[in-house]
Amino acid sequence: MTQALSIRALRKIYKNGFEALRGIDLDVQAGDFFALLGPNGAGKSTTIGIISSLVNKTSGVVEVFGHSLDREREAAKRCIGLVPQEINFNQFETVLNIVVNQAGFYGIRRREARIRAEECLRQLALWDKRNTVSRTLSGGMKRRLMIARALAHSPRLLILDEPTAGVDLEIRRSMWDFLRRINREGTTIILTTHYLEEAENLCRHIAIINHGRIVEHSRMGDLLARLHTSRYILEIANSVDRAPVVAGYRLERLDERTLAAEVPAELGIHRLFKALAEQGIEVIALRNAANRLEQLFVDLVESQRPVPVRKSA
Amino acid sequence: MRHLIPLQTILFKEIHRFIRIWPQTVLPAAITTSLYFLIFGGLIGRQIGSMAGMPYLDYIVPGVVLMSVITNAYSNVVSSFYSTKFQRHIEELLIAPVPNWVILAGYVGGGIARGLAVGVVVGGIGVLFTHVHPFHPWIVAAILLLTATLLSLAGFINAIYANSFDDISIVPNFVLTPLVYLGGVFYSIDLLPEFWRKISLGNPILYMINAFRYGFLGISDVRIDVAFGIIGGAILMLLVWALVLLRRGTGLKS
Ligand SMILES: Nc1ncnc2c1ncn2[C@@H]1O[C@H](COP(=O)(O)OP(=O)(O)OP(=O)(O)O)[C@@H](O)[C@H]1O
Ligand SMILES: [Mg+2]
Repeated sequence: MTQALSIRALRKIYKNGFEALRGIDLDVQAGDFFALLGPNGAGKSTTIGIISSLVNKTSGVVEVFGHSLDREREAAKRCIGLVPQEINFNQFETVLNIVVNQAGFYGIRRREARIRAEECLRQLALWDKRNTVSRTLSGGMKRRLMIARALAHSPRLLILDEPTAGVDLEIRRSMWDFLRRINREGTTIILTTHYLEEAENLCRHIAIINHGRIVEHSRMGDLLARLHTSRYILEIANSVDRAPVVAGYRLERLDERTLAAEVPAELGIHRLFKALAEQGIEVIALRNAANRLEQLFVDLVESQRPVPVRKSA
Repeated sequence: MRHLIPLQTILFKEIHRFIRIWPQTVLPAAITTSLYFLIFGGLIGRQIGSMAGMPYLDYIVPGVVLMSVITNAYSNVVSSFYSTKFQRHIEELLIAPVPNWVILAGYVGGGIARGLAVGVVVGGIGVLFTHVHPFHPWIVAAILLLTATLLSLAGFINAIYANSFDDISIVPNFVLTPLVYLGGVFYSIDLLPEFWRKISLGNPILYMINAFRYGFLGISDVRIDVAFGIIGGAILMLLVWALVLLRRGTGLKS
């Protein structure tokens, strides 16, 4: 399969000496829907800035559809559409002109640019606003305008840096539908987000970045499967001095009447209760410790290390 | 010519910008120069009599016209490019397959267009007040174009280095305006003591104004070929400087 994006040993040291990226490797297949996750300041926007020629890299290699940024930057640029994290269009320009001009910068003739701009603006429900000065748009409309602008030259790779930040639920859902559709139609999409639900819903591959390093890079399905051990907190009737041992489960003693249990999905919790009962331990209450991606995210970010892949029994 | 459309797009956008806000861009120059012509021509000019053998008003018209070309070309590029940078829509250009020279040509082209537009308006007003007309039209046209180009380039470089709105008014106020006033718009440097005359010869604006005046009146304090050489050399220098800054991404990329 063609690589839409390939990054090797990418480093970025800002002028103030801050090392924002400490050697990043990243691969995105053509046609993929890819999530780049990470806490604030992890280096997501820096990575995206380098891919889209807004930030100078310190070292490393970036290729977009096989075009190296060092040798064929123009060809690489033609493949990319960018929706940046911060509003960056001319606040005094009209919606239509913003999209038409962007198409012009990509070499599209004015007449075609207007046709293309109409398509993009209609798709994002902004055509009615075409003659509005962009400053007066609502926050959600501004985000959609940046998506329309990014699509002006029909890029093969669309990169969105937190496109749904500050967008209400309804608009967010319609954005998701829209992104799914253009992805189905062949556009490769890379998206950063803080909403884990969003990544889980949309993306097929995921990378998690923290402190300038990739701490996880896998298929979304694999990652979620790995998380199919749920963690429960058990309150028990009788006190224990040691964590009981039950084959297939991992139990931890939190205090004399509380246990934490890692429960693989395929074994289920019922068998655990039975096994504990056989050892004379009676469970009186149960609660779910945390859910899937959130938990993983917290683990990764706190531990600074990739979670070890545990083979399921 | 795959870069033609991006270049046209930038140029169109820039020209559209200053036309749309013409009360801020074209009108002030028309008013100021009319005042100059009224005051210096109608009132004080009569007292002064003649300068270098010319009626005083005729003498100052070319300089006053070029002065507005100078300030308008400069301020068009410095304010437009700085606000492009400040509002961050420069990113629209940086991510697109637009080479640096096209970005530069687009913005400088916009400055030239504004310089010429203002030059024509102000020159037209000058014609109303005097009988001055181009004596060497090619020299007039060439100096007009070269001056607008040079000042547009300078404005572009200023905008690249600028980090605040103060930074885009320091150079025009504290460098450009004095150089223009001391560049012989209102007097011949032959009137100055030798020392100050020599100092004045270090002012590049002097050459533009004198060459321009030569185009109208056939008189100049400096040699015309030297003037063209200096203006051409300065354009070349600023061109290289601007391209190096763009290549490095100074002030534009982190
Ligand atoms: N121009 C700059 N100069 C110095 N440091 C910078 C610069 N831009 C970003 N940084 C630093 O680099 C680190 C990574 O920033 P980046 O914007 O890539 O994070 P992010 O993952 O996009 O975060 P967020 O989720 O908040 O958008 C941060 O610590 C930030 O402070
Ligand atoms: Mg960011």
